[in-house]
Amino acid sequence: MNVQVLPPRSAEPTNAVRLAIADGDIHPYPKSVQKEIYPFLEKRWQDYYETYGMLRRQGYQFGPAYPKGQPDAARRDAYPPAGGKPGSDLAFMREHHLDPNNVQLGILNPLSSGQGAMNADFAAAYCRAVNDWQVAEWTSKDARLKASVMVNYEDSVSSVAEIDRRAGDTNFAQVLLLSRTAEPLGNRRYWPIYEAAERAGLPVGIHAFGYGGDPITSGGWASYYIEEMVGHSQASQSGLISLVVEGVFERFPRLKVVLIEAGFAWLPPLAWRLDKIWKRLKDETPHLRRLPSEYIREQVWLTTQPMEEPRPRKHLLDTIEWIGWDRLIFATDYPHWDYDDPVHALPLPISDAQRLQFFRDNAMAVYGQV
Amino acid sequence: MNVEVSQRQFSAARVPPGGIDCDIHPAVPNLAALLPYLDDHWRDMTLQRGLHELDSIAYPLNAPLTARPDWRPAKGKAGSDLARLRTEALDAFGTSIAICNPLYGVQLLFSEDMAAAFARAVNDWLAREWLDKEPRLRGSIVVPLQSVDYAVAEIERCAADKRFVQVLMLASGEVPLGRRMLWPIYAAAERHGLSLGIHPGSGYRHPVTPVGWPSYYTEDYANQAIAIQSQLTSLICEGVFQKFPRLKVVLLESGFTWLPGYLWRLSKYWRGLRMEIPWVDRSPTEIVRDCVRLTIQPADAPPSADQFARLMDHMGSDELLLFSTDYPHWQFDNDDVLPDGLSPQLVAKIMRDNPLDTYPRLKETTP
Repeated sequence: MNVQVLPPRSAEPTNAVRLAIADGDIHPYPKSVQKEIYPFLEKRWQDYYETYGMLRRQGYQFGPAYPKGQPDAARRDAYPPAGGKPGSDLAFMREHHLDPNNVQLGILNPLSSGQGAMNADFAAAYCRAVNDWQVAEWTSKDARLKASVMVNYEDSVSSVAEIDRRAGDTNFAQVLLLSRTAEPLGNRRYWPIYEAAERAGLPVGIHAFGYGGDPITSGGWASYYIEEMVGHSQASQSGLISLVVEGVFERFPRLKVVLIEAGFAWLPPLAWRLDKIWKRLKDETPHLRRLPSEYIREQVWLTTQPMEEPRPRKHLLDTIEWIGWDRLIFATDYPHWDYDDPVHALPLPISDAQRLQFFRDNAMAVYGQV
Repeated sequence: MNVEVSQRQFSAARVPPGGIDCDIHPAVPNLAALLPYLDDHWRDMTLQRGLHELDSIAYPLNAPLTARPDWRPAKGKAGSDLARLRTEALDAFGTSIAICNPLYGVQLLFSEDMAAAFARAVNDWLAREWLDKEPRLRGSIVVPLQSVDYAVAEIERCAADKRFVQVLMLASGEVPLGRRMLWPIYAAAERHGLSLGIHPGSGYRHPVTPVGWPSYYTEDYANQAIAIQSQLTSLICEGVFQKFPRLKVVLLESGFTWLPGYLWRLSKYWRGLRMEIPWVDRSPTEIVRDCVRLTIQPADAPPSADQFARLMDHMGSDELLLFSTDYPHWQFDNDDVLPDGLSPQLVAKIMRDNPLDTYPRLKETTP
């Protein structure tokens, strides 16, 4: 986590990062909704946005339910010199992150996209506009960047239409959902989305956060931002339990799921627990034909940030081995405050083959960029 | 008879005798069994209104997990018969002491008066029907969390009986367990040398996952460990362990292999966000080592002994785990109550030393 402002790094890749990397989680923001999103949004929805804003299942009109730890949840040094919010200026993102870290593939995950808006038609229109914007302002200007198909996942009809619309468009590398859904991710209301993603050959990324409306714990609302941040790993576990037990992987065997920004050290114990429980209770779920851990091993990937930091750090190598060196996708979360720096994120002796997988090749394979 | 003897010899080989089982579940056989322990008003209400049984959906009565097949009686609920519990839960493992955690769904009631009446009834039923009759048994106090005042009053009422060693909470209630409004409960627990046990189960005030209601019981049970992780976050972040440094929290029946990875994340975020919770004056990892314990069943163990050994290294302490059978729940077969790969020294700690250090009242009442 970078809380302090580090001295600016040279624009030349350093030895430590001479290896080209993939970054599975970059957050682009519009300089201004009016200037950058409105050109792709029908007048009707521009007017709606001006009048009602983005009403979601959360109390405040502006900002998140839990105040962040930093302004805009951003690195202090990520504000573009030309003005605007962190992540809103491609030129500065290149200079600050993409070039010095030698990012060869960057997956864009917009977080202000219309997802979670309660008005389903508005949400779908806004997601569609954000998809057009990603191409116009980002991927068409920098071939290293790939967009995510934003969908209003609470409405599978509009989601499928949007996935079909973008299928085959190489600007897009995945379909993106948020983890805190209105119902668990395996619920059959979401199955058409998985079906469409599988048909389009796009992985489904599931990024922590969201607007399902339920508390971040099953025992009620937590008090603090730190509880919410830690709780994303619990919410993502619940989502994965649902995907497995409700049979999504069985039904869509070519579906790839990438869990983003939820950490990863929780995965092996969860898989052990699911296997044990399923063996005991499997008469309840005859639609499952294999151990939960087998579905997970074959169809689930995880991005690495925020990387768990055991003491001693070498314990993490056990965890990565148990998950599989081919399953983790390095991510920085640029420009957010809990950014993982590729130079410092995995300070452990690993083989060159492992380094390549972890920092680059797993992402290339999942996102079809080989 | 011969069979029984040989089984006991086998048990003795699996676990050393004299163990302290920190999670067994005597079952309230039915509502009628509580009638003698209800006051006139609530006895009348129970009969007049035709109150249904209070069994929670957290353990569907006929689900395989709810009772091991050989522990399931032909009639009635598993765990409702003292003679069988003596044989199956105590004698079979050479257990010297076992802590009873009743799971009758008192915590689900919405009326706080009714909840208080039924919590009193369950606690008195436990004392009269079990603790009085079997000296190896100890109890947890069921509290009506619907009202903090009533919960404290119930702790005060039961605390005089030293055989009660713990206050029992469910994994999910109305508000996270760290919330300050609940602190009088923790003050009472600490004052009386009672540990705080958190057990799978829910008041079902919220969906059993942070992302809504699941379709299958399998998901409900899998999510209980998720709920308990969130409760641990709440207890730590709100500062319960700074305010009540002598309070021990026991995470019951929710696995333990998740703990290292969980603490890596929480401790990292604590380093990044501790300005939000400045009263948390040391790393969550240290807090857990000092104040939090976990029962060993279900083990949720990795498939290989090598992985398990490495995981125990990740746990970073030999004081965290407590022996439990989770009787009559079906977590293991035969006498395989401990996962493979534990050293004899660690087994000794898990069976007896750690429980004695966790429950101050056990030392007072254990021969």
